Amino acid sequence: MPIDSQQVTWVEEPDIGFWEATFLPAIVAGLKTTLRHVTEYKPVTKQYPEEKPSLPEHYRGVHRLNRDEQGRVKCVACMLCATACPANCIHIEAADAPPEWPDRDKFPASFVLDELRCIYCGMCEEACPVDAIELTHIYDLTGRTRNELVYDREQLLSIFDKTKDNPRDPVRTHRGKLGPAAAFKELPTVGPATAVPAAERAAVATAPGVIGPDPQTLQGQ
Amino acid sequence: MFDDPGLNSLAVTLLTIVAVLGGILGTCTYLILLERKLSAWMQDRVGPNRVGPFGVLQPIADGIKFLLKEDVIPDHVDKVLYIVAPTISVFTTMLAFSVVPFGPVDQAPEWLRFIIAPNMDLGLVFIFAVTSLAVYGIILGGWASNNKYSALGSLRASAQVVSYEIPLGMSILGIALLHGTMNLETMLTDQAASGVMGWNIWYQPLAGLIFFTAALAESNRLPFDLAECEQELVGGFHTEYSSMKFALFFIGEYTHVITTSFLVSVLFFGGWHFPYIAEASSAYAGAWAVKLLVLAAKVLLCIVLVMLLRWTIPRFRFDQLMGLAWKVLIPLALANVVLVMCVLQFGWSHWWLTAGSVLLFIAAGVIGVNASRSEIMGRHQVRATGFSPAVPPG
Ligand code: SF4
Ligand code: SF4
Repeated sequence: MPIDSQQVTWVEEPDIGFWEATFLPAIVAGLKTTLRHVTEYKPVTKQYPEEKPSLPEHYRGVHRLNRDEQGRVKCVACMLCATACPANCIHIEAADAPPEWPDRDKFPASFVLDELRCIYCGMCEEACPVDAIELTHIYDLTGRTRNELVYDREQLLSIFDKTKDNPRDPVRTHRGKLGPAAAFKELPTVGPATAVPAAERAAVATAPGVIGPDPQTLQGQ
Repeated sequence: MFDDPGLNSLAVTLLTIVAVLGGILGTCTYLILLERKLSAWMQDRVGPNRVGPFGVLQPIADGIKFLLKEDVIPDHVDKVLYIVAPTISVFTTMLAFSVVPFGPVDQAPEWLRFIIAPNMDLGLVFIFAVTSLAVYGIILGGWASNNKYSALGSLRASAQVVSYEIPLGMSILGIALLHGTMNLETMLTDQAASGVMGWNIWYQPLAGLIFFTAALAESNRLPFDLAECEQELVGGFHTEYSSMKFALFFIGEYTHVITTSFLVSVLFFGGWHFPYIAEASSAYAGAWAVKLLVLAAKVLLCIVLVMLLRWTIPRFRFDQLMGLAWKVLIPLALANVVLVMCVLQFGWSHWWLTAGSVLLFIAAGVIGVNASRSEIMGRHQVRATGFSPAVPPG
């Protein structure tokens, strides 16, 4: 519907005076501003490779897989992080824990995280029930090929070794125990929030304990 | 040097040409560094600082890069014109420098002359004739590129340069009348002989302003770089150019700035003259070097002002650009010429020129205010009739 001209709010441009019409004062004022930046020179540039930025405490960088007090991988291969991951970049193959690890059922036989696909949202860290996966302050990640930046379990563990003494990446706990929810032997049946047919669920297991496509074939691509 | 005076003169001329070419090219490269540094400082950045201490070797690195980069000649261009265009751009601006005195000509050491072509009586006309050829570089470059953005850029450049030639030439006419010559050397020595108060800027301040503005527009630099404004035209006339051909356009632009700054210093600010240390009569040992330095300092100040303006004033709209030339600069320059002629004809004191210039400036301001007022009033009347483009009348 066209509006009536009475309803239009007319905005007046300010009346210009003599000095504005000659342009000169505006140009002089502008020159003063630019010159002031030269005379009171305070650069905001960070000379990056020599001068590292101080990152905020909650910065989210490369992941690490934590170790427990015995130096073993803390992860219990519960798949929660892989399920939570919106970028679908964590691929875990669970295996039965060795008999000398009586405190857990499973451990990750392979834990592959594609650092290039990751969006560094931190959902995996939120999801992990045993604080096994954490995001560190490392941000300068480089590699010559894409495959170099697909990290496996040992690489992720070595990042833990690298960062555990850094005060910015504190180790919260060394205990690799599940929370109280693990005490439930049998989970009460809860109806699904939305009726999603099993075939359409995001987490479709191709094999017992494996979520998503096979990481080996993914890595080979 | 040689016994034969002809041979001697030839040798000196060649030596001078070599010195000027080397000087200009060297200055150009370092002007680019200066411009990058200055703009960095103005924007609270650091600027180039990796090659050599404080980045002083940056121009050399840039030059090597320009020479070694792949020189792409696109398939769809007109090869001959495409290659000729950048050379025209550099060649003409350098040629213009041949009649500009860059030092005290009468005190020059015998192995160097401070002007390539001395005693050129049509010096000013020569400069304008040659520098206005420089726009051919831009027009041909844009045309030969066979690219719509380039063509638009060169169209704009031609309209702009043709318009600004007029105030540029006319602002100088007053000075030529005052000195009764078009010879740059004579103008310079005239000013120097009559001391600081003989500098033309005192008698022709308005002409100085017009000349500076028009010259800035001629050199296609911000705020007049409509021919290459990145936001609208990608790169303008040099979109299709790469490596050294691209660099030639820039050398041309910077040479133009240098020549313009020399002209401003020589025509309006007394050239190498400076009270006490570089008077026309000072003939102490090394006086020529001092005068050379004085002129260089004036030129440098002018160049820095051009660079400051570049980062201060936003780019003009095209209609504003044309309006400035045709509605403001040309009438003012014309009035200024008439003023000079009156003063000379009736033999009044030269100070009337100063008063007249100020009066003209004030008149221009008052007319400007009234023009914008009546434009606003016009809009009020449109509103009073109740007309709105959205509601058809009746
Ligand atoms: S940070 Fe986000 S995207 Fe990256 S692995 Fe963890 S959950 Fe996935
Ligand atoms: S959520 Fe934690 S424990 Fe579970 S698989 Fe991921 S890293 Fe391992």
